Amino acid sequence: MKNNENIVLEVKNLSKLFGKNKTPAFEMIKNGGDKGEVAKKLGVTVAINDVSFQVERGKIFVLIGLSGSGKSTVVRCLNLLQKPTSGDVLFEGKSILSFDKKELLEYRRRKVSMVFQSFGLMSHRNVLENVAYGLEVRGTKKAERESRAREIIQMVGLEGWEEMSISQLSGGMRQRVGIARALANDPEILLMDEPFSALDPLVRRDMQFELLSIQKKLNKTVVFITHDINEAFKLGDMVAIMKDGKIIQLDTPENMAANPANEYVENFITSADKGQIYSVKHIMQTPSCMIRIRDGANNALKQMRDNGVSSAYVVGEKLDLIGILTLDDAMKVRSGEITMQDAVIKDILTTTKDTLISDLLSVAASAKYPIAVVDEENHLKGIVSKASVLSSLV
Amino acid sequence: MPDWFIEFPSKINLNIKDPIDNFIDYLVREWDPFFDAITRFLRGLLNNIGFIVDRIPWWLLIVLVFVLTWRMSKNIGKAILYSALLFSIGALGLWSLMNTTLTIIIASVIISILIGFPVGVLVSSSDKLNSFVRPILDTMQTMPTFVYLIPAAMLLGLGNVPAVIATTVYAVPPLIRLTSHGIRQVDREVIEAAIAFGSTKWQSLIKVKIPQAIPTIMTGINQTIMMAISMVVTCSMIGVTGLGQEVLISINRLEAGRGFSAGISIVIIAIIIDRLTQGLVEKGEAAIEE
Repeated sequence: MKNNENIVLEVKNLSKLFGKNKTPAFEMIKNGGDKGEVAKKLGVTVAINDVSFQVERGKIFVLIGLSGSGKSTVVRCLNLLQKPTSGDVLFEGKSILSFDKKELLEYRRRKVSMVFQSFGLMSHRNVLENVAYGLEVRGTKKAERESRAREIIQMVGLEGWEEMSISQLSGGMRQRVGIARALANDPEILLMDEPFSALDPLVRRDMQFELLSIQKKLNKTVVFITHDINEAFKLGDMVAIMKDGKIIQLDTPENMAANPANEYVENFITSADKGQIYSVKHIMQTPSCMIRIRDGANNALKQMRDNGVSSAYVVGEKLDLIGILTLDDAMKVRSGEITMQDAVIKDILTTTKDTLISDLLSVAASAKYPIAVVDEENHLKGIVSKASVLSSLV
Repeated sequence: MPDWFIEFPSKINLNIKDPIDNFIDYLVREWDPFFDAITRFLRGLLNNIGFIVDRIPWWLLIVLVFVLTWRMSKNIGKAILYSALLFSIGALGLWSLMNTTLTIIIASVIISILIGFPVGVLVSSSDKLNSFVRPILDTMQTMPTFVYLIPAAMLLGLGNVPAVIATTVYAVPPLIRLTSHGIRQVDREVIEAAIAFGSTKWQSLIKVKIPQAIPTIMTGINQTIMMAISMVVTCSMIGVTGLGQEVLISINRLEAGRGFSAGISIVIIAIIIDRLTQGLVEKGEAAIEE
């Protein structure tokens, strides 16, 4: 048995049904009727069906499932945005369903806060006022809540944006505001409902990293919802896979990957191969040093020195890629040992921006220089370093 | 073939005229103090507004329109056009009649907002209330306005006071509708966020729902003002003075020129107020927009 002290949140036989004939539908489900049947016969949607789990303090608990699997409903039962049809939710051993109005407000104001998929920010308030919202409704004085909000804003890396309106922010920044707002209350539990699903893959990776470091620092308990198994395995201490309102496997990522409970889980895990999802355009960077072939060796050397690199991409008049010039060769050209034309290494790896990273993997491993990304007309669009290919798979 | 087959049988006779007449009579007899109080309140309001409107120098109003238009639209041409249009009302010799008309419009809009905004907020909170109120609003808007001029005049006498009531009845529905609509269409996650952070119902309403709905509510106020202006001529039938009365007199005397002068003045007022309030709506939208 686990130590009870460590269990912050316990969900016991939770069910949630939507519709009119809840009682007969509930009977039917209990006797093993399946979700589709109940919906057809009684017009009742079974969102959650007998779900139980425990969340340990300071851990990240991930609920994963496809849309309609009931994961969002579960998380909404944890702060009673949705009222469960049956079952119980215990916070530190006390049923939150037994809370009266005042206790529930206190619970929401101090113990649990939420981050939303499309951010749920209040567009009539600026960044600072959004972050301070939770403190405002619980009656914290203006000066105090603003200084607290500024602290948190700094922590999520939005310093200097306090007075900006939400519409001026990118998606990633908006979700930073969402996270800051949730942290400002200093809650025990952070509920995160697909917080990164609306973000670009690259931004998403940053945010996942950020969340992990914040969690390490503040030691919050997190209940995290996602439909992305990579995200689940990367973040989760415990992962629960949901299907049709039921948890079909609850385990650590390692165990789940090693012993999938059934084919459904296995299929889910196979889709974890990130290289399939990302293509080159997600990880390519602008080349830090690019010279024209007519610029000459002196110019090339100066450019390399200024940018602190030991090789440069050489392009022609129309920015069409010719090759790479290394620092050593450039020195030789300057001293007249070889000509510029001969010095440029023309036999280099190229790729296009829509190439899947998994296809690039074998090439990247043996590449000496970053791989050049070109379009149909051989114009240089960017470069992909070996490190970025490999790290995108982590 | 019997007669009743083609023609509606005359024996079927639903009489609602008498009960309604009796009801109005009853109101006039028994509720006199109540309506007296309303009359006194509205007359006081009208006098105060009229007092202020009459004391605004004509040039100040024109300058005000110029500055406001310019600040809203950043378009100097528009600002000059609107102030010139306002000037032309004075040039047509209708400035003081315009003041009288403005007084009634302002009073009606104030009463409409005082009633329409809270009712709209209330209606937004419940589906049942919404489906109950909707047909009432439809009736208020589609019922020929003369019909409630009669009881209004009977209960409150002739003149400006019943005109304010009749105008309010006609002009308040869009504000109720759009206030309710604006609050209902606030993003679901934003409302969830308000609740999840422990807002009371009142806090969610004041701090989140209403501010998010402001652009739609402003559109409602704009509509209400426009409808109040459109009642100007109708109200002249129960003895309201002002531009509406000018139109009515010119109809009776077949004076086309006089009618047009007053009519154009009403149009000018409508255009200027519409553009200024639209400008406010757009400003609000820009602030809320994501």
